[in-house]
Order: sequence, then structure tokens, then C-alpha cells
Amino acid sequence: MAPDAGGGPFGGGLSGGEPSGGGPCGGELFGGGLSGGGLSGGEPSGGGPAGGELSGGGPAGGELSGGGPAGGELFGVYVHVPFCRSRCDYCAFATYTDRDHLMAAYAAACVAELRRAVDTEGIPEATSVFFGGGTPSRLPDDLLAAILDAVPRAPGAEVTVECNPEDAEPIRLARYRAAGVTRVSLGAQSTVPHVLHGLGRRHTPGALMAAVAAVAAAGLASWSVDVIMGGAGESDADWERSLQDLLALAEPPPHVSAYALTVEPGTPLAADPRRHPDEDVLARRYERADDVLGSAGYAWEEISNWALPGHGCRHNQLYWARGEYRGIGSAAHSHRGGRRWWNVRTPDRYVRLISSGRPAEAAGEVLAPAQQALEALALSLRTPAGVPSRALPDVPELAGLIERVGGRAVLTRRGRLLADAVTAHLVVGGGMAGGGVAGGGHR
Amino acid sequence: MPGRCRYAQPAVLPTDRIRNFSIISHVDHGKSTLSDRILELTKAVDPRLMREQYLDSMDIERERGITIKAQNVRVHWADHVLHLIDTPGHVDFAYEVSRSLAACEGAVLLVDASQGIQAQTLATCYQALEHDLEIVAALNKIDLPAADPDRCVDELERVLGLEGDGVLRISAKTGEGVAGLLDAVVARVPPPTGDAAEPLRALIFDSSYDQYRGVVSSIRVVSGVLRSSARVRFMQVGAAHDLEEIGVRAPAPTPVAELGPGEVGYLIAGIKDVGQARSGETVTDAIRPAPAPLAGYRDPKPMVFCGLYPIDGDQLTELREALEKLRLNDSSVTFEPESSGALGFGFRCGFLGLLHMEIVRERLEREFDLSLIATAPSVAYCATLTDGTEVRFDNPSQMPEPSRLDHVDEPMLRATVIVPSEYTGTTMDLCQSRRGELERMEYLSPERLELVYRIPLAEVVVDFFDQLKSRTKGYASLDYEPAGSATANLVKVDLLINHVPVDAFSTVVHRNAADAYGRRMAEKLRELIPRQLFDVPIQAAVGGRVIARETVKAKRKDVLAKCYGGDITRKRKLLERQKEGKKRMKSIGRVEVPQEAFISALRMED
Ligand SMILES: Nc1nc2c(ncn2[C@@H]2O[C@H](COP(=O)(O)OP(=O)(O)OP(=O)(O)O)[C@@H](O)[C@H]2O)c(=O)[nH]1
Ligand code: SF4
Ligand SMILES: [Mg+2]
Repeated sequence: MAPDAGGGPFGGGLSGGEPSGGGPCGGELFGGGLSGGGLSGGEPSGGGPAGGELSGGGPAGGELSGGGPAGGELFGVYVHVPFCRSRCDYCAFATYTDRDHLMAAYAAACVAELRRAVDTEGIPEATSVFFGGGTPSRLPDDLLAAILDAVPRAPGAEVTVECNPEDAEPIRLARYRAAGVTRVSLGAQSTVPHVLHGLGRRHTPGALMAAVAAVAAAGLASWSVDVIMGGAGESDADWERSLQDLLALAEPPPHVSAYALTVEPGTPLAADPRRHPDEDVLARRYERADDVLGSAGYAWEEISNWALPGHGCRHNQLYWARGEYRGIGSAAHSHRGGRRWWNVRTPDRYVRLISSGRPAEAAGEVLAPAQQALEALALSLRTPAGVPSRALPDVPELAGLIERVGGRAVLTRRGRLLADAVTAHLVVGGGMAGGGVAGGGHR
Repeated sequence: MPGRCRYAQPAVLPTDRIRNFSIISHVDHGKSTLSDRILELTKAVDPRLMREQYLDSMDIERERGITIKAQNVRVHWADHVLHLIDTPGHVDFAYEVSRSLAACEGAVLLVDASQGIQAQTLATCYQALEHDLEIVAALNKIDLPAADPDRCVDELERVLGLEGDGVLRISAKTGEGVAGLLDAVVARVPPPTGDAAEPLRALIFDSSYDQYRGVVSSIRVVSGVLRSSARVRFMQVGAAHDLEEIGVRAPAPTPVAELGPGEVGYLIAGIKDVGQARSGETVTDAIRPAPAPLAGYRDPKPMVFCGLYPIDGDQLTELREALEKLRLNDSSVTFEPESSGALGFGFRCGFLGLLHMEIVRERLEREFDLSLIATAPSVAYCATLTDGTEVRFDNPSQMPEPSRLDHVDEPMLRATVIVPSEYTGTTMDLCQSRRGELERMEYLSPERLELVYRIPLAEVVVDFFDQLKSRTKGYASLDYEPAGSATANLVKVDLLINHVPVDAFSTVVHRNAADAYGRRMAEKLRELIPRQLFDVPIQAAVGGRVIARETVKAKRKDVLAKCYGGDITRKRKLLERQKEGKKRMKSIGRVEVPQEAFISALRMED
């Protein structure tokens, strides 16, 4: 163990003196919730990582203590699929509507990049795989299966595919399942026709309900639905209806992501201020969603995510735990060995680079210890695990935004809506000064 | 002495071969362009190096297309030496014109033939007449289709009493008539007088600072001979210097051995501080001094004040050094340290006018690489307290409490507005709403009117000119001069954010305008202050009485919806920027106000 593991910025610093989860490094920066199984609601995922490992072998702690990856560590693989049928006008993702001809070459490049990652980087077996986009369900099933085949997976790995409702046909879902997919994330967005239209989505509510039924019937271990609040023309009643429609299903989705419509610079939506959602309206809809989902038995697992017990998305939890993952495909981000990097943005360049034997990396960054610590805190703050209480000072501005329970500070519902403001108060340096956090905290 | 032999040259230039004149006019009537043609015609500048408005050498002059600093240049024409001074037209720099005129016997008065007499045409012409100069009037821009020279000649005859026959017609653009103008200057402008045998007296009419050579002063020899090897005495400051170089601008600086009576040139004496070589100083011979100095003149007094603060507090020392350096070239700028609860430490600076303020600030930012925030411009008030003592203040936040006040005097202007007669009503409305009192009204021609108002300077400082221009479709022109002070019913409006007064926003206004001003500012601040985690009251108050109130509602939501693999870097950078941004926030009554909000609020003010 490195000499500074105890008092360094990651290890003892923030958690200083707190009885840590017993992991080898004592770092419980973000570990609290995860290691205790709090996030996954007691779901002991089949043979998957057990609690203590995250806090112990977690990337932050691990790097600092200089220890190699502990056995059975969590590891994610993200595969980016940059193809869409048409572009939603609020979307700033790296996705394209005119490159379908690249699909086969692209899938081959993904497989090649994966092989290389296995051979030269020695990536561990994935405990979770996530096909995101873009629209992964636009990729022919066999191509998706070929990519998945190239991912070394741990037993019981979670494999999620983002799916547009119009693609969620029973046959495709069956093939997914046969290929090893365990989870589908369905981009429903709304069940109200004029809201869907306003968001520029093509599917109809009828098609959506059919898709939902197909997914529910597909025999997947879990699935989830995305909805967006704050689209142009959406009323409070429309929002209520979307929520109720989902919950009224014979088999309601066990996991719901409810996103506030975000105006991304450079999108057509950004250019049309009349359609920008009002922050007070969004706050109100968010609170309504939290009420409706909460009383239906869903627990919040992150600011925009709610799940029935045992249905949290492990892959996303890995992100929030500042875990390691390898991103495959254009614009995919990776995080390993204290470095974050990302691939070139366009599929064309990606295919060109990979097929000529070159790396697809566009740029990367090595984070300073203080940046790592801040990142870990900021991510963990978004979850019910919260942060060590001392990472947030006792200032009047935070009153009502956090709750201090058992040595941790956790966002209240009001705080979840203002998480960025709370995040700006996070104190990282305290650990280095040995007790500085505590000092700052009681100013 | 062998050293002297080098300069053992013919006697000094006979005065009857010299003509000294300034080119004066309203803004943009073509002075610098005319100077270009003269430089070309007299072959003073290598054609390959010629460029438009050659004498406007500062970047800021070239970008804005205006002259800020007068420039003198020596040319040869028809066996004569001509010293011409290109002057600025803008009212803020009127003192430059007056200094230049003090070094001349004649003035070329240019009038844009498509516009006719404008406010500064009158002002500069009157100045030239006061100096008893021969005026050579010329209508310029006769190449323009809209030119109406006959009407302009009428105006010049009626309004300025100039001889119509003597008015020349030229185009500084095409060069038409420029040779004739130079001939007229030689024929009509009297040569300087002055005896080479008398003790040396030379007038410094401008000084600037050169990084390598120190202070370079423009001088006009009045009597005696200035020799490059002389030891000279500056009579007002009482200091003696050995000369390093004297010369003429042709326009390239050209060293000479001596300058005789009537000659215009420059001198360098290793002086490091322009304060030691101010305009109006008399230079004499240290060994054989003149009995009395020339009638000098003083640097103009600043009329407009504002606080200048570095946006980054660490730049305070740099700002001080920059101001000191800038003052070397522009001694009309004043500054003294001041501090503000809202803005930290900075300097209270005085300027000749709004344009001058804008230019100084831009030069500071550009030439010294500073980012500055300026408070709203103010004027210098004089408060008389109930116990009879007088308090001067040019920072509104220093206005004494109403309970201690007997009365406040504010500086006044005499403003001359020239407008086409159809805009008489709207112009008068504007002047009246700005508390102006009509003193005089005269027809320049059946279509054009001259209005003279006595009006508070403070009212002119706040967007008066812009308003005037927009209400008259750009046809009005404005000139003004200080006209004493007057007692007025003035109050200080404070703005409070979360119950804490923000000194940078305090303003002195007339009582009748206080409510409207308070409401406007409170509204502006409500728009500019980002929502906080709690409701933030914004109030405008006069002496503790709230006259306007707004609330910045508490922020409800700020969080980015998604946070997955690719969002993490982006989120962290955002957070780092946010933390960095916090440093640029001023905390006022627990409210975090970004610098930008101050800047915008203060900007919208003027
Ligand atoms: N058509 C035409 N335009 C001219 C003439 N003389 C000057 N101009 C234009 O008028 C504008 C102002 O000319 P300047 O020479 O900068 O005027 P100025 O009097 O030196 O201006 P300030 O120094 O700011 O008072 C420029 O765009 C010139 O090109 C002319 O004879 N004919
Ligand atoms: S389907 Fe998703 S990725 Fe594709 S354009 Fe729409 S929002 Fe963007
Ligand atoms: Mg000019």
C-alpha cells in the first residue's frame, strides 16, 4: 500500500476517521452506498461483484494505493452505435442519419477494437455491457450479436441495449436475448401524441404500447423506459398521463429514467427559445414524477433514475461509482488506469483508423488526484449514497438541500434539483490538510 | 568647439518664409484627409509609405477613424516652410485644438459642403478668432453629389461673418483645390513675428512619452533661437535640462541644429515625466533666460469621472502602472485610489468627456492587456453641509447624508445644438427633459437652427448625444463648454441586493427622476442577477426610503439531466469552471453576483 493511502487525498482524507467499509484501502469515497448494497437494493447480482469490492478495489483507491485490480472487480464495456433514423432536434449526441451504409464496417471495426483491447490492454471481463447511441436497435441483430460476442464477459454480466420503440419487435428482442442481452432500455419519451410530435419523435403512442408489451414479454432479466419532461407543448396533465400510462401497464417497467429536456448548444432546439423548458415547470414535473414513482414502489437511484428493488442498472451505477470502463466505437469514452479518453467523433474516421490498424483515440486526460476526488464526490452525490458528511460545509445555502445521516450527506428532493449548486460546494482539499474538511465543514 | 562646427550652418530661417496654421473643423469634415493630400502634394511622404489619414498614428484612431491627438508636420510649399497641425474634431478634445491654435498665426476652417456649419465648426472658429488668427475657410467634399457649396457660403457669411469670396472649394478626397488652398495659406496667413536676437522663449504645446527617448515635446519658438546644444530652463516648473535633440517632423522626426522664431518642432531633453514638460510651459535659455514666461495655459480639468477596477483583483498593480504610463501621454487623465464594497480596489479616474473615458479605458485594456470594469460615469458635485462646510465629491456613494445636507451644486454646460428646423420641437423636448434652459435660438439659414442651452453636465453625460442623434435622424450636432455650476434638488439613489447597498450602483439624480431611475435599475438587476438558492430582494432607495423593489426568485433546478460515461468529463469540466467562476463572483449579502452582471448593468447605464 502506498504510504499516503491513509492520509492522502483519496484514502483516509475524506473519509478520515470514518469506519470504512473494511476494504483494503479504507477509501470509501463513493463506496458507502454501493458497497453496502444500498444502491442495488440488496440485489445480490448473480455471482457478480459483491459489495466490499467496490470500495476496496475501486479505481480511485486502487490507483493511489498502487495496487493492481482486485479480483472480481467491476468493469464495464460501452459500445456506441452512431446511427439514427432521423435526428431529434434536441439531440446533441454523436449520431448520424446518413451513414447506415457504414454499419457492417463499423461493427467490424468495433470487433477489431475490442480484440485489440483484450490483447494489448488486457481489459478484464465485463460485468456490464451497454449498447448506447444513437440507436443501437437500428444495427442489424447479427452485427450487434457479433460485437457482443467479442466482449469478454463475466458470468452473469448485465447486457443492456437501448432500443427505439419502432424497433422493439418480438423477433428482434428474442434474438437479442439469444445473443446474451439481459436488459433493454426503451426510448419512449412520452405517451402523448402532441408531445411526441413536439419532440420530433416518429413513433406513435400505439406503437409505443406495443413495444412496451413486447419488451415486457421478451423474458429479459430487466428493462427500462426513458421519458422526457418539458417538451414543447407538454402540460402538467400530459406529463401526468405519460407517467400514469406507464404505471398502468399490465407489466410496468421495473426501471424508469425521467430526464428533464436539456437545451444543448448547437441543436435546433437551442435556436428556438420559445420551446425552451422553464426551470420552474421542470422542477414541478420532476417532483410529480418522484411522487408518482415513489408511491408506486420505485426508489430513486440517481437524479434522473428510479427503479423497483433489484432493477437498478449496474452499468450506470458503475459510472456513478467512478468505476472503470472501456468505450468501443466512435465518440465512446473510456476510463481506465487513472485516465479518461475518448474516440474520434465520426464513424467514418473511426472505421478508417481502426481498419488501418491505428488507435481511434481522439484525446484524453490524466486526472490529478484532486480532480479524481472531486469527480468521485460529484458522481456519488447524485446517488442515494451521497458523500461523506464532511465533504459539504455547513453553510446556510445548503439548508434543505442535503440531509446528514450516519456520517453521510445525501441530497434531499429539493437538493436533487439543485445538485449542481450543491456540487459546487464540495470540498476536496480537506483530506490533504488532514482534517481540513472538518474544519471547513464547521465554519 | 569642434562639436559646434557641425551645426555651423546658415542663419535661422527668416520668419517671412514661415506659415503656421492649424486645420480645424467639425468632426469628420475631412481634416486628416486634407492633411494627407498636403503631405502628397508637398512630397513629404514617400508615396509607397502613404496611407489614409497618415497622421492618425494610434491604432485606436485608425480603427475609429477619428483624430484624438493633434499632430504637427513641416512641409515645403512655394519656397515657404509650412507648419500644419491636424487637430481633432470631437468636443472632448477641444483643448487640443486650443493648444494647437496657440502655436499658429492662421487656421484652415474646413466645412463639409454637404452638411454645412455644424456645432464644432462654430466652436473651433470662435476659438481661432479668440486667438486672433487669420481664417482661411474652405468648403470640403465638393465632389459629393449632396454638396451644396452656395448654401454653405451663405451660412459662413451670415453666421461667422466671413468674406464669401475668400471661401475656397476643395475636395480633400480627390485633391481638387488643395494646391490653391496652400497658395491661399501662403498669401493670407501672416508670417510669425519674433526676434532672433532676443532671449529664447519657446512654447511647449504638446508632450508625449516615448518609451526609448522619454518625453518628446512639441514646441513653437516665439523669440530667440533654440540650439540643439543648449542648456534650457523650463520656466514654470523651474527646472533646467541639457537638450538631447531638437528637430522637426517632416513628418519623420528630423534632427536640426537650431530652430528660430516662428518655427515649430520638437525637443527631447531626457525628461522622464510629462508632468515636467506640460503644455503651456515656456522653455528659455538657462544661461540667458527671458525675463518672463509666455502666457501659458493649464491642462483642462476633468469633467467626467468613473471608477476603474480590474476584473481580476490581482491586476491592481498593473492597472496603476498602466495609468501612470498612459498619463505620460495624456496628462488630462487623473486618477486616485478608491475602493468599493462591490468591486474591490481600483481607481477613481477623471476624463474630459465620455469619448475620452471610453478611449482611455480601451487603451488601458488593449495596450496593457487589462480587463476592466467601469462604474457609471459621474460628474463632480459640491455639497454644502448644514454647518456651512463644503464637500466635493465625484463618487455618488460619497454624497453626504440628506440630514447633513444644506444644498448641492452641480456643474453646468453651455450646449450648442445645430439642427434642421424640422427637428426643433423634438430637440427642445429632449433638452427640457434633461433640465436644460434655453438661452438663445437663432436661424443659421431658413432651414437650420442654432439652439443654446444651459444644461447640467450630468444630464449630458447620460446618453444625451445618442438621444439627440436618434431623435434628429443623425442631423443634430452638439458642442458644449463648461458654464459654472448651479444648485439643484439632487438625491442619491442606492441599490440594495439582499438588503446590502452596492456602492458601484449608487447614482446622483434629480429628485424628479429618482423613482424612474430606481425602478429601471432594480428591474435591470433582477434580470442580470442569476437566481440563487433563496429569494433575493433588490431595492432602490433614497435616503433609506425604498422607491422600487424587485425579487430574484429562488432557483428551483440547475442539474444536468444525464450523467453517464461520456458526460463525466464534461460535467467535471463544468464543475471546475463553476468553481473557477466563483472566484469571479462578488458575494454581496450572501448573493453571488457574477462580474458580468455588474458589467452589463453598468454598461446599460450609459
Ligand atoms: N467624398 C469625400 N469624402 C471625404 C473628403 N474628405 C474627407 N472625406 C471622408 O470623410 C471622412 C472623415 O475624414 P477625416 O479626414 O478622418 O475627418 P477628420 O475631420 O480628420 O475627422 P476627426 O479627426 O475625427 O475630426 C472619411 O471617411 C474621409 O474619407 C472629400 O473631400 N470628399
Ligand atoms: S434517437 Fe436518440 S440519439 Fe438518435 S437523434 Fe434521437 S435523441 Fe439523438
Ligand atoms: Mg482627423
